[in-house]
Amino acid sequence: MHSPQLNRNGELIHLLSIEGLPPHVIAQILDTAESFMEVSARDVKKVPVLRGKSVFNLFFENSTRTRTTFEIAAKRLSADVINLDINRSSTAKGETLLDTIDNLCAMHADLFVVRHASSGAPYLIAEHLQRIGRDDVHVINAGDGRHAHPTQGLLDMYTIRHYKKDFTQLRVAVVGDILHSRVARSDIQALTTLGVPEVRAIGPETLLPKHLDKLGVQVFHDMNEGLKDCDVIIMLRLQNERMTGALLPSAGEYFRHYGLTPQKLALAKPDAIVMHPGPMNRGVEIHSEVADGPQAVILPQVTFGIAVRMAVMSIVAGN
Amino acid sequence: MNIEIRNGRVIDPKNGVDRDMSLFIGEGRVTGLGQAPASFAAERTIDASGCIVCPGLIDLSARLNSIEAELAAAVAGGVTSVVVPPDATPPLDEPELADRLIHRGKEIGMARVLPLGALTVGLRGEHLSELAGLKKAGCVAFSQAQVPLVDTEALLRALEYATTFGFAVWLQAQDYWLSRNGIAHEGEVASRLGLAGIPVAAETIAIATILQLVRDTGCRIHLTRLSSASGVALVSAARDEGLPITCDVGVHHLLLTEDDIGFFDPHARFSPPLRAQSDCQALSRAAASGLAAICSDHTPLGADDKLLPFGEASPGATGLEVLLPLTLKWAAVAGVDLPAALARITSAPADVLGLASGQLSLGSVADICIFDPGATWQLTPELLKSRGKNSPWTGCIMTGRVMVTLVDGRVVYEG
Repeated sequence: MHSPQLNRNGELIHLLSIEGLPPHVIAQILDTAESFMEVSARDVKKVPVLRGKSVFNLFFENSTRTRTTFEIAAKRLSADVINLDINRSSTAKGETLLDTIDNLCAMHADLFVVRHASSGAPYLIAEHLQRIGRDDVHVINAGDGRHAHPTQGLLDMYTIRHYKKDFTQLRVAVVGDILHSRVARSDIQALTTLGVPEVRAIGPETLLPKHLDKLGVQVFHDMNEGLKDCDVIIMLRLQNERMTGALLPSAGEYFRHYGLTPQKLALAKPDAIVMHPGPMNRGVEIHSEVADGPQAVILPQVTFGIAVRMAVMSIVAGN
Repeated sequence: MNIEIRNGRVIDPKNGVDRDMSLFIGEGRVTGLGQAPASFAAERTIDASGCIVCPGLIDLSARLNSIEAELAAAVAGGVTSVVVPPDATPPLDEPELADRLIHRGKEIGMARVLPLGALTVGLRGEHLSELAGLKKAGCVAFSQAQVPLVDTEALLRALEYATTFGFAVWLQAQDYWLSRNGIAHEGEVASRLGLAGIPVAAETIAIATILQLVRDTGCRIHLTRLSSASGVALVSAARDEGLPITCDVGVHHLLLTEDDIGFFDPHARFSPPLRAQSDCQALSRAAASGLAAICSDHTPLGADDKLLPFGEASPGATGLEVLLPLTLKWAAVAGVDLPAALARITSAPADVLGLASGQLSLGSVADICIFDPGATWQLTPELLKSRGKNSPWTGCIMTGRVMVTLVDGRVVYEG
């Protein structure tokens, strides 16, 4: 099975998922991101890499934060950025996803940044572009259903590399609602691809997908046990709608068992870093003292995120 | 018309016949096997050299969205009788609707149309349909199609009422609560791709409920589209117990698994979902042992219905024209001999329906399929007569090609 995100030469033409990305392609993205870090620190925060290109942010699902980071990244690469909140326009009039794509292609789009509520939607778009012979148009997945959020996965890897240097000696815990989390899937795939020897998933059985062991992950239900001697802790956001009902009795009980408190953090290695994809629910998955503490690298993640998205855009549109 | 089919290998699984001989047909029936009846003068001779001559296929599930095209597709696939589930628009819940469908089928004169009546009005699971009226109009049995009956009391009463008249009820075992949000088998692939899962328990819980109600009511039940190894085990045990249960499996489920979803291929979306390799193997053993009949579960869809993200795409595949080649493919993979494989799509479905067709004994109805078992063809949308071009096999080479199909002793298809 050929992944549509790589061309015949094995070069990245779309970024749809971390799954199937060779380690050297991930390293290339992280190295490129590192070179872009300096751009954001300049007075004139722009490089002409995508000058004259049109980047369409297609958000079929609302997310101001993620959309903004892509917008900033594209603008720093000198691209023209067009933001479309599709859930409020075309689809409401009955236009299908692929009709929308055809229309935007006719407007000479070069790159689509897609967020969609259905797992796999960016694949459908990439395969459609291939079918209609538009190899010059690229797709970046900005989050599809529960499936993947590959740029988040990559910026998390950038963060880990920045603080920990070597992936092959690490113990990493991913904590919380893994079942519904596209971030968790992308992180797990990236960590295992980069040779992290121990990836742990911590959460109640209702929030863990089945067969996680097949993804190379060790499952822990007890957070105290799972955090022991970890180098990296990735906390996941618990969506409001999961906090009560059949999955969990209450936000309070969740916090007691799976919230990251200073006491639980002390079980990890003293130099462990704490990550979170944001936005955080203070007092639900993370204690404020930890979120604002010295081990948290949550704000640097956001800064790295711009550089990583610049890197991904420049690589896919450059191939 | 008197027809002689000569030089073919006649396989009639029901009667254990497998030999090279001529078949003689007159007045819509089989009038001679190997030997012409007295004073037989053939008005037409069909040369079946290198071909298999077998009973016409009986498909236990085919949706006829555009009836002319789909019935033409049926006979092009060697299918001479199609059971039509009641989930049409509108649902088949009134005798006039069944009457009209059967009448239209006869007018078209291709494959025979055997409708299933809706067990409840609008398939809503609340009020019983007029079962006796539907039966009188020609419905062969009653079903909820793929709509689970949520209310267990309604299910119990429906089975009691059906038992009153000796009607069979066909049920797809899928617990509503465990399947309503799911789009793929709750397994490794769904976990990796982030697709909401349908656990095997959705099937086994529903089967367990149905079996208990069968014990209490004695209702004759046919379970449609089994999908799991555990489901097969329950049905097998129920048969050993002597319960009046039969079952079928969709031919795609014998050949495909969750892995075939690949990168979200909407053509691999089925209901029930394609499950794990071990489930696929158990279904294959169930078909090989004779526990399960095989059907196409023909679901013709428009192109737009599959040009959607996996979870939004409609489930199902076109089936009538691939039932035979896919059954042959399964037989080759599973090591099942040709007569046994053909039994699953001829005599086994006839037994489920309690029909005398599905065989080629003297005097039986001349519904016949003549096919070249070695001929290959490439599945392309243009080649399919069905309006439904949706298939996970598009572009693949199929082995086994229908040459001639007869219904009621009339040639209705020639390839």
